[in-house]
Amino acid sequence: MSLRTPLGTVRGLGSAKTGTEHWWMQRVTAIANLPLVGFFLYFIVAHLGAPRSAVVASLANPLVAILLALAMVSMLWHMRLGLQVVIEDYVHGAAAKLALLLFNSFYAAVLGAAVLYAILKMSFGL
Amino acid sequence: MVEFALPKNSKVQPGKVWPKPDGKNLREFKVYRWNPEDGKNPQVDSYMLDMDNCGPMVLDALIKIKNEQDATLTFRRSCREGVCGSCAMNIDGTNSLACLKSCAEVKGPVRVYPLPHLAVVKDLVPDLTHFYAQHRSIEPWLKTTTAEPPAEWRQSHEDRAKLDGLYECILCACCSTSCPSYWWNGERYLGPAVLLQAYRWLIDSRDEATGERLDNLEDPFRLYRCHTIMNCTKACPKGLNPAKAIAEIKKMMVERRV
Repeated sequence: MSLRTPLGTVRGLGSAKTGTEHWWMQRVTAIANLPLVGFFLYFIVAHLGAPRSAVVASLANPLVAILLALAMVSMLWHMRLGLQVVIEDYVHGAAAKLALLLFNSFYAAVLGAAVLYAILKMSFGL
Repeated sequence: MVEFALPKNSKVQPGKVWPKPDGKNLREFKVYRWNPEDGKNPQVDSYMLDMDNCGPMVLDALIKIKNEQDATLTFRRSCREGVCGSCAMNIDGTNSLACLKSCAEVKGPVRVYPLPHLAVVKDLVPDLTHFYAQHRSIEPWLKTTTAEPPAEWRQSHEDRAKLDGLYECILCACCSTSCPSYWWNGERYLGPAVLLQAYRWLIDSRDEATGERLDNLEDPFRLYRCHTIMNCTKACPKGLNPAKAIAEIKKMMVERRV
């Protein structure tokens, strides 16, 4: 049993003085996702069943490669922010929470690096 | 992790079925009972009331049960007209004030439970210590630096009107205890009732501590656990809109940085 006062418990470690950046960036990436995801889906559907050479040819157009890269960055960023909130909401063990938050960040970063590498590589016709 | 099942000693058991009174218009009330002193699990007792001989509200029924059938039934009540906020409880699955909830609104047996996800003191009485401490933490009083005027702090009619829909809150906790985010993270998330109060002081034109107040709220848990679920607004027995107040706070947070 803790003998700490209720007010002391509520004040805890104080305000983190952050959170708005996270909330704002989730909205910013959501807005960016509207056109970018649309383009991404269009690109996928347009290349269904096409050989690799056709995809490479499309990606040679810098506009296509840049839009696709932006779509990936925005989507992965948005995913990381959203999953972070889910983890903070539902996982309460300190160790499990920390591990999952780290995994969430690393997962998005590794996936992003791999996807950008693939887009660059194909865009340069390799 | 979030727990979806109740701990063993909190599982609700069937309780006592109290004898029926005389009368034609009988109605069943299923009421949550828990006594900290008998070491037993909570149980749901069944009471029958003759509605021809009972007031229309759920609180009328509870008072009648306590007066005429079972004096041990424990609940809070005071004003019996929606001003004090004492009789907040979960009726027919929704948080409400027993004094404002008509028995006629409920279909079938009237199920009465304490407010969800709070420690129970006894029967329908929840422990609101933490909730009140959270309210205290937002410093719900006028804060000024300017020397006090000889008479009152003056406020225009337009600025006064901004407090409408906020000052009416009676801190019954119906909204906060209906919020899933408050269930999962209530230790750190301030919850809709307290954030509505925080907003009431943030937009008070007489207050000079707006920035400080925003600083204290800017926190991933204190404010940003609100995910716009809107249960708060649906639950409020006074018809207020805590979800909108929280959205306004978030807008102020953005406004001061863009």
